[in-house]
Amino acid sequence: MKNPMRLFHNVSLIASVALLLGFFTVATSWSAGAQTVDDPFAAALQTLNEKSFKKKAAAIEAMAEIGDPRATAALEALAAGHLFSRKSDNAIVIGSGIENGYALTDPVSGAGVGDVGKRDVKKITVNNRLRGQIRGILGRLALSSEDAAQRLTAAQNIIKSPSPGSLDLLRDARDRETVGKVRDVLETGIAIIELESDDTRLRLAAIQTLSGSTDREVKALLEQMFVTDDAGDFVEADADVRAAAQAAIDDINGRLSLLAVAENLLFGISLGSVLLLAAIGLAVTFGVMGVINMAHGEMIMLGAYTTFLVQEIFRTVAPPEAFGLYVVAAIPAAFLVAGAFGVLIERGCIRFLYGRPLETLLATWGISLILQQLVRTLFGANNREVANPQWLSGALELGGGVSITFSRIYIIFFCLAVVALLAAFIRYSRFGLNMRAVTQNRAMASSMGIKTGQVDALTFALGSGIAGIAGVALSQISNVSPNLGQNFIVDSFMVVVFGGVGSLWGTIVGAFGLGIVNKFLEPFSGAILGKVVVLIIIILFIQKRPRGLFALKGRAAEA
Amino acid sequence: MKMRKTFKTMAAAGALAASIAMAGSAQAAETIKVGILHSLSGTMAISETALKDVMLFLIDEQNKKGGLLGKKLEAVVVDPASDWPLFAEKARELLEQHKVDVIFGNWTSVSRKSVLPVVEELNGMLFYPVQYEGEESSRNIFYTGAAPNQQAIPAVEYLMSEEGGSVKRWVLAGTDYVYPRTTNKILESFLISKGVAKEDILINYTPFGHSDWQTIVADVKKFGAAGKKTAVVSTINGDANVPFYKELGNQGIAAEDIPVVAFSVGEEELAGIDTGPLVGHLAAWNYFMSVDDDNNADVIKKWHAFIGDEKRVFNDPMEAHYIGFNMWAQAVAQAGSTNVDAVRQAMYGQKFPNLTGGVAEMNTNHHLSKPVLIGEIQDDGQFETVWSTDGVVVGDAWSDYLPESAKLTADWTFPWVCGNCEKPKFEEAIN
Repeated sequence: MKNPMRLFHNVSLIASVALLLGFFTVATSWSAGAQTVDDPFAAALQTLNEKSFKKKAAAIEAMAEIGDPRATAALEALAAGHLFSRKSDNAIVIGSGIENGYALTDPVSGAGVGDVGKRDVKKITVNNRLRGQIRGILGRLALSSEDAAQRLTAAQNIIKSPSPGSLDLLRDARDRETVGKVRDVLETGIAIIELESDDTRLRLAAIQTLSGSTDREVKALLEQMFVTDDAGDFVEADADVRAAAQAAIDDINGRLSLLAVAENLLFGISLGSVLLLAAIGLAVTFGVMGVINMAHGEMIMLGAYTTFLVQEIFRTVAPPEAFGLYVVAAIPAAFLVAGAFGVLIERGCIRFLYGRPLETLLATWGISLILQQLVRTLFGANNREVANPQWLSGALELGGGVSITFSRIYIIFFCLAVVALLAAFIRYSRFGLNMRAVTQNRAMASSMGIKTGQVDALTFALGSGIAGIAGVALSQISNVSPNLGQNFIVDSFMVVVFGGVGSLWGTIVGAFGLGIVNKFLEPFSGAILGKVVVLIIIILFIQKRPRGLFALKGRAAEA
Repeated sequence: MKMRKTFKTMAAAGALAASIAMAGSAQAAETIKVGILHSLSGTMAISETALKDVMLFLIDEQNKKGGLLGKKLEAVVVDPASDWPLFAEKARELLEQHKVDVIFGNWTSVSRKSVLPVVEELNGMLFYPVQYEGEESSRNIFYTGAAPNQQAIPAVEYLMSEEGGSVKRWVLAGTDYVYPRTTNKILESFLISKGVAKEDILINYTPFGHSDWQTIVADVKKFGAAGKKTAVVSTINGDANVPFYKELGNQGIAAEDIPVVAFSVGEEELAGIDTGPLVGHLAAWNYFMSVDDDNNADVIKKWHAFIGDEKRVFNDPMEAHYIGFNMWAQAVAQAGSTNVDAVRQAMYGQKFPNLTGGVAEMNTNHHLSKPVLIGEIQDDGQFETVWSTDGVVVGDAWSDYLPESAKLTADWTFPWVCGNCEKPKFEEAIN
């Protein structure tokens, strides 16, 4: 099938490239002078110019073995993609980004060697394998770091790729280690390596250490002992060791199944808090005012875009260390922006349509399309980047591989705070009282001197503003695009209808209930079927209780 | 009597037809019309707006060179609003009302499937620039994006290789619609043919716009903790990618442990994400903006000048339009006409330099020959090529890894003249 001519062409091409490369290596070693010959670090560094990842891997290993302090800096730069080859003379340089180019430093001498344009240097490419290799090497070095957190990550990185060669290193580190958590990780690492030991006692002791683990990788390693080879013999020959391993596996399994329940519960609460946050504004406009507001999702979107704008302002104006606070500043801004749009929509459109739910539905749907296209025209159709500030990044490790991201933890508390504030506002404030009066009996409230039109507008603004706040939180976990709102509108209505129209308490229970049910279903049925099942449950439930979980009773319900 | 009436009607119809034809030719004498059928609103606007812009850029470039056949090119832009049936209507409008000579458009497979009967009925010509699931070859469509053998299969082969990390366990995660489902079917049978056990493959589908990825990312973590190197092959499309990658990054799944290779995530999609935590995750395409090539740098420079924004990215489907449009222009010049049948003949074997230093060629199955590149995400939102094929790969319309499609051939030249045949249409003629 292959054209022989083309093959020949390829061979000749490779040959000429090789020749050229050879020429360059000669040329560079010549130009770099005697230094390259004497300095093994510089020589290893120069090998990084090779295209083959295998040769690069060998160069990295060589650099690590030289144990030169300059190697750490060079390897870190390499892993971060800051190591370049200068096109003019193929010298390896560290580049840090400046306007339209890079400021270069020589990793051998550590001196600055001038600025160049973007296309004057060629990045030394690394792939995941090299990055993993560098991580291991830097990990070994970082084991003797002063910082306990650094030692912990170093230890974790080392045991991810356990090799008998690092056993002594780990033992040394364990003996020196004073922090219990790091010590535990090191113990686990040592035990993992000792599982392969020839000494039965060492293996048994290792299993003993590992039986307390909740790590799936450890379980997989233990299960390896029961694999049979071609002759039908177990990999682990000793029956006692196998029995101990089985007991350890059972131990781990028991803990893992408990953890799975905890995990689903946690994820359910987290999903519930997102649902609640999205629905709470709707609970005000739909629940209290009875307006079917299809543009509710767009209020969330406006909040998210406000967050984006506030972030951009912080980027340009505020000092970098205050950047993380943009999220906090975005909360009132989003409330005001979305609230203002709420007033505009209510005064400009919805107030003419009270008592005509179908028309309201259609009109607000039209408004939602207008708002989407408006944002698309102003900001473009692309997603906008809203960065997680440092304090919202990362995840909380709860052990056993269960982790929940910080952004989601904050959302749980944030959402509870918003709900509490809203409930208190409606219950205790003057405006809350007026609001309840108008929704319960408009005519009587009006005759008592309450300006019902104003109350309507402000209630709608309140609901919209809260949706805007939800947008701030959702921008941290979702994407900020003109379609953001559409993803939440159906879920929001589901929560409000399920919880009971007009009941704040119902919305809370509805949101968390749906979130948890969804997460317990998902592992069995998959995300799509899980959603379908939840919808069927809601439909059946509504058949039984048309007014939702917490139905309003008495005269208010009839109004 | 009756005959005379018929004659009169016929004459009238003839006169009408002639006048329409003349009006048509009178119009054609001024410009050559190029239809652009990309969603400018709705869910797909995120990806398709840029393609509309790049078409306007290409037409502008061509006009600067003096147009085609001595005439200027004129863009006719319509907005099918991410509404699949509307794509068919708009395609009809372009061909019947605006009388365009060629259409460049579509992104999702479902929209292409909706346009296909229209262009076939009206004998139009459509250039489709997006990587897709294959299993199709229409006489009236040229596929300038990647077929599965130009993207999905090489990416999986790379991950299986020592250089890619010798992956043994696979998660196939996708959005629930035709492209991911077909691609995953092909990949699954490919993996099984390579000796991967069934229990080492996890397939997972999520709805469009899925935003709560906690459980799935946790599942991937668990699946990857079985002691074998694991990778995720993602056919997740559109908006759902951002929360997916955010969750991955925040839950600390580093690319060195469980790499994710994506087929629908390019520079444009990454623009909405902080890519710091994603460094090392992969994508397979036929083009990356970061490729160091003079031709590429030149086109990007002109593109930035045209659009007036230095930050705008150039991605794989845009390169596909670049190749497709220039090939079409060459074919028109060669045929000396914009007549669809004449241009189609001229398209076969048409060559044009791609932006990665090679040459693209249009094959008789209406698919391009393209190089395959695997890139790793960098912290500046670009990709760094870590692997590429030696030369170009010929696009295969019918996958060899699905038994029912392996026996089909697409070849629109004699003696096949068919997009999905088991044997040539004109077999008798040659024997």
